[in-house]
Amino acid sequence: MAEQTITRPLTVDTVKRPRDPARQALDLKRQPGFGTVAMLCLAMLYAPIVILVVFSFNTSPSVTRWENFSLQWFFKVAANRDIHDAAFNSLQISIVATVVSTIIATAAALATTRTRPWPGQTAAYMVINLPLIVPEIITAVATLSFFALLASTAKINLGIGNLILAHSVFCIPFAYMPIRARLEDMDLTLEQAAADLYATPWQTFRRVTLPLLTPGVSSGAALAFIVSIDDFTITQMVAGPGQTTLPLYIWGQLHKTGVTPEVNAISTILLVVSILFVTLSFLIGRKRK
Amino acid sequence: MTAASSVDRLATVQSDLERQRIRTRWSLVAPAMIVIGIFGIVPLLIILVYSFLVAGGYGGVEWKFTTDAYVSFLFDRDIFDGTFKFVPDYLEIFWRSIWLALLTTIVCLVLGFPTAYFMATRPPSQRNYWVFLITLPFWTNLLIRTYAIMLIIRDEGLVNDAMRGIGLIDKPVHLLYTNFAIILGLLYSFLPFMVLPLYSSLEKLDFRLVEAGFDLYATRRKVLWRIIIPLAKPGIIAGCLLVFIPALGAYITPLILGGGSELMIGNLIALQFGTSRNWPFGSAQALILMAAVMLALIVYVRSSTERGRTAHG
Repeated sequence: MAEQTITRPLTVDTVKRPRDPARQALDLKRQPGFGTVAMLCLAMLYAPIVILVVFSFNTSPSVTRWENFSLQWFFKVAANRDIHDAAFNSLQISIVATVVSTIIATAAALATTRTRPWPGQTAAYMVINLPLIVPEIITAVATLSFFALLASTAKINLGIGNLILAHSVFCIPFAYMPIRARLEDMDLTLEQAAADLYATPWQTFRRVTLPLLTPGVSSGAALAFIVSIDDFTITQMVAGPGQTTLPLYIWGQLHKTGVTPEVNAISTILLVVSILFVTLSFLIGRKRK
Repeated sequence: MTAASSVDRLATVQSDLERQRIRTRWSLVAPAMIVIGIFGIVPLLIILVYSFLVAGGYGGVEWKFTTDAYVSFLFDRDIFDGTFKFVPDYLEIFWRSIWLALLTTIVCLVLGFPTAYFMATRPPSQRNYWVFLITLPFWTNLLIRTYAIMLIIRDEGLVNDAMRGIGLIDKPVHLLYTNFAIILGLLYSFLPFMVLPLYSSLEKLDFRLVEAGFDLYATRRKVLWRIIIPLAKPGIIAGCLLVFIPALGAYITPLILGGGSELMIGNLIALQFGTSRNWPFGSAQALILMAAVMLALIVYVRSSTERGRTAHG
């Protein structure tokens, strides 16, 4: 197994010394106990999620003592008007923020890849990645201050538009990463061929670059969507009255009534959505190889 | 037409093309620059200004210049005689946050290194799935994951139930709302940030060097400490930074697992913008946190350029 990956012919001992079968049988890469730690980490990452999901299917209102399988909490969620409103708000914000940030990120990725360095490129790169560097709580209070100032001095209040704008900003770097990765894997020959055949730059982009870039764009859009729909910190600070999203609803329930299986059920739904989208993004990204 | 003039003309055409190229690039990044500039950078400048203003009665600010926000971080002004008294409360929360973030980083490294090494030594076909499995939890909702931890470690949670079940304890051990709970939550949230950079530097490791070590009669332990770990240093530094920065600014984890009594900087900042209604003070704290993050980044850039220099020299 490990023998395949070790580049045998280049090693010193194969040249200088005869091969020793007992030596070869030893796995050079093995470090005792490391596999156990890896499994432990994996278990630690998944156990809480699995437990949460399992107890959303429990009959009893206890979230830690198992009785019987039931879907009653999911029916409760489906019938809850407040959750409908929260889900509608969440979807509205996330869909618009995804579209806006993906378009912006695609243009930015086109400008910053497959090119000789141009003046300002480093600065542009730093600005695009800024939302990843600044701690979320700082972005949250800064955005709150910004919109509060806008409301008090210029009397501008965009309502849910505030949340959409805030989300669009932090979604840009997440959408940008897979698009950039995809572009870096594409060479310019096809675009050059199109230009040789008298295609205008727009035609070349529309008929050659964009179709080739689609996997990167969809993978970026998927990431932007889940980052947006899962956001709590910034949303909590910026959201006005009546702008409850699903994570805010979950927090409200935890705060008011404590732990309930209904919270587990909404959480399960949100987890499934996230996992679905990441898997999709992963599969789209992998296909090209 | 002389040769010289056509060379000149070529040069003008080339510089025109170059200028056009730069213009196209700029117009493509312009939307990103404008959106992040207005809604990402301007807000940071606003809190910079706010941190030098007087707090408004109902949140917000009054437009009067003062450095009170920074002074009250360390001192308390006596209302009667106007003298300043040193108050370590806020400093203590900052110090505690740094300490918790450091501890989290160390535990992440201790658990993450073996995991990343194990991943990097799998056959290439399996590695992608390992990366996927480690990354997946990161993309799920942090609030929900933290809530899941709370379900497990609270007094009526699975851990206490199990320990009571086997007769280890007869009264529940309070795990929730402690420093332990916060570190566990931070570890759980940011472990992937440690594993991934470690993995990417270990994956590139030249195992011929490991083999050479064994040829020189090094033990497995020695090979690990003297060859593998030094070679993985860039990954270790990047991983530590990627864990330390978000752990320092953590908000959700101490909010849920610290239960309001065990605060971190993030909660302190949120509190000033919420119930305390002291926006200038909150802004000042946010900027101090930002400065700490910048300091960590500068240390990182310094150490990576130093490495580049020694590699060449």
